[in-house]
Amino acid sequence: MQTVNTQTLIERASALLKDGTVSAVLGWKRGEFDYDMTPAVFTTEEELSAGFVYNDFCGANLSKYLLKKTREIQGKILVFLKPCDTYSFNQLLTEHRIHRENAYVIGVPCNGMADIHSIRKITGEGIARVELTDSGLLVHTLYDDAPVAVSYEDAMADRCKTCKSKKHVAYDELLGEEGDVLDSHRFDEVAKLEAMTPDERFAFWQGELSRCIRCNACRDVCPACTCEKCVFDNPDSGVENKAPGGDFEEKMFHIIRAFHVAGRCTDCGECSRVCPQDIPLHLLNRKFISDINKTYGEYQAGETADQRPPLVNFTQNDPEPSDVVKGGHDHA
Amino acid sequence: MLKCNLSQLDNLFAAVAEAMPLYLPTQGKNGANYTKWQSGAVWSNTCNTQKGPKDLFFPQSEDLMAFKTQGKSIEIIDTRNEAEDFAVFGVRACDVKSLEILDRVFLSEPKDSYYASRREHGIIISLACNRPTENCFCGSFGIDASSPNGDVTCWLTEDALYLRANTEKGEKFMALAAPFVTECDDTAAEAQKEKIGKIMARLPLADLKTDAFGGGKTEEFFNSPQWEKLSESCLGCGTCTFVCPTCQCYDIRDYKTNDGVVRYRCWDSCMYSEFTRMAHGNNRNSQKERFRQRFMHKLVYFPENNDGVFSCVGCGRCLAKCPISMNIVKVMKALEGEQNG
Amino acid sequence: MSELKQEYKPLIVAFCCNWCSYAGADLAGSNRLAYPADVKIIRVPCSCRVNPMFILRAFQRGADGVILCGCHPGDCHYTTGNYYTRRRMSMLFSMLDYLGIERERTRVEWVSAAEGAKFAATMNDFAKKVASLGPNKRLEDLRCKP
Repeated sequence: MQTVNTQTLIERASALLKDGTVSAVLGWKRGEFDYDMTPAVFTTEEELSAGFVYNDFCGANLSKYLLKKTREIQGKILVFLKPCDTYSFNQLLTEHRIHRENAYVIGVPCNGMADIHSIRKITGEGIARVELTDSGLLVHTLYDDAPVAVSYEDAMADRCKTCKSKKHVAYDELLGEEGDVLDSHRFDEVAKLEAMTPDERFAFWQGELSRCIRCNACRDVCPACTCEKCVFDNPDSGVENKAPGGDFEEKMFHIIRAFHVAGRCTDCGECSRVCPQDIPLHLLNRKFISDINKTYGEYQAGETADQRPPLVNFTQNDPEPSDVVKGGHDHA
Repeated sequence: MLKCNLSQLDNLFAAVAEAMPLYLPTQGKNGANYTKWQSGAVWSNTCNTQKGPKDLFFPQSEDLMAFKTQGKSIEIIDTRNEAEDFAVFGVRACDVKSLEILDRVFLSEPKDSYYASRREHGIIISLACNRPTENCFCGSFGIDASSPNGDVTCWLTEDALYLRANTEKGEKFMALAAPFVTECDDTAAEAQKEKIGKIMARLPLADLKTDAFGGGKTEEFFNSPQWEKLSESCLGCGTCTFVCPTCQCYDIRDYKTNDGVVRYRCWDSCMYSEFTRMAHGNNRNSQKERFRQRFMHKLVYFPENNDGVFSCVGCGRCLAKCPISMNIVKVMKALEGEQNG
Repeated sequence: MSELKQEYKPLIVAFCCNWCSYAGADLAGSNRLAYPADVKIIRVPCSCRVNPMFILRAFQRGADGVILCGCHPGDCHYTTGNYYTRRRMSMLFSMLDYLGIERERTRVEWVSAAEGAKFAATMNDFAKKVASLGPNKRLEDLRCKP
């Protein structure tokens, strides 16, 4: 359960709207059900009290919206950012994609976000209501079954189970206590894959990536994917495609997508959250992060707003590609 | 009405699969999806599959023809394969209806021979939904989840599957199923229908109305100020269109191979910036316009050209899948609210 | 045809920078040093011009191995281009390995304009390694196969 409630946020946002500090508020809006929140812009107190919400289903990272909204809206925009979202925010500042003075950031604490897909895996389909109680979620189904109690831990999105930081790295004001960077074990899954044989790894990724339907949601939601025109949308690029034409294009899209954000990806996990086909895309990004850490020194994208991303940097003593990855395959 | 005890179901599948490819929902890593039945496959009764049966009739990507160059000559190769008979089991009422909607597009003149061939050879064995979900609103489009169309209609109870053939193609399937079924009356199926009806009535979206929409409403809704708000957080991804069982827009492209060209078509999405791009550029330049196009097409333009039939079947996949949880239900409610308010 | 099939010869794409490696290849040629004819050289202004997409598309179009040659670190005509190449390719090759694609199909080698012999030796060695792997199956695009 989140420690800060909706009402606190509405009150703070209303005050800032009223005194003219900000002209709009970027937050989450209540949906049809208890769990389907939509990112939205609020400009009046009435709108806020009618729809604004902050609870365990506000997983969406709002930082990317600043890119578009700061261009459209005059004046400062108040944006509520969870700890991991602030890393994305910093990264956007690093790359001069947004101007700091156009945003008023309120850091909101996050205890890990619930994910309706995780919940469905436990309760099955047909969720009528989700009650957020102190001890956990109480999920009522549409059928005559008894409500199912799900712990916050089990309901959590996978990415939150390996949360890297509860610390807000950018804010104008902070609600609640300042958190800490965590020891997340987030590279364990990468290490597991690395320990497999190349054949096993190939089979694993072939299986995962073959489900890709090229909806581009992973790219479109990614706060690091900020190209005005993506190479995969550009008819002149020679690689534009609206559907994967076989195994090769599935791999190419995902390798290039991950490579283009390598060193800039903050590991917010939005790509995997939005994937309608449940492909663990963050494992590609994390591989790059893990390799960069091991090869060029620890680096956390978005930790501050003035870092030089490792792939647009070098030292004269960098290891050779042949030393970085030895490979070794079992079918020579 | 015929009855197949659940203990016999796998034998029935095996017998059908012996005669023709049989597709049915099975559980995969990302939920249930239609897969080809193989020995040992476990049918999943989950409501509903992640993607509809659309792929089996109108695949995401298919080759139309190929060109090969040799010196100064160009050879044109017809890559079409005439479809063979196949069966699709466990299709829900909404998805059966979605195929009828696709028929309106692909089977009206000029007929799409690729689609027509598959449609002709595909036998649809539908199944009533014992457990419709919170995302379901097929009732709003006049679909009865307890009594789907299709070549064969099935009802599932705790111990048996009840089958009724509706068409000649359905009889073909029933002939294959014959060794595993016995004659029975309608009592059990009717009881199941009633049970389903009760759940349908208490679905959270049961009261969603479509009265405000339909042909002739273009002017009423096109310039609605609501579109701005509704589309403001749309990412412009193609998830809703690609999981939609009725979305039928496609693009035809040439892929240059090393010694020729493959002409193929693939699904397109009105959410994409390159959708319907023309020589002069694009006629829908903002996400708001693209977003509006999708919903206006489903709720106004399509019924206008198709005797009032909406091109949405209320399967709820876009509700379940949209990364930002914006969907047709929210759009309908907002536009309708505006009309009433 | 059947005779050709008996001896498998890999198709190698070699991206060579204009200032060092391409000149190195030239020197190998004028010194009549033998290297496989199946090495197709693509001249680029600098090794750092090579985008990861180039590598992948070479495989798509039928390459069995892709090698990237540039000036020795410190000798880049544009001062620092190859330092970036080094980081990028380290990361890309590691990713390909992570996806289970044979590590030996890709390589980076620094070849100066004076190193004709090194160029020939590198190509011979690389072609041999790739030949031992057999045809590229894991990054192939079936549409581009004859």
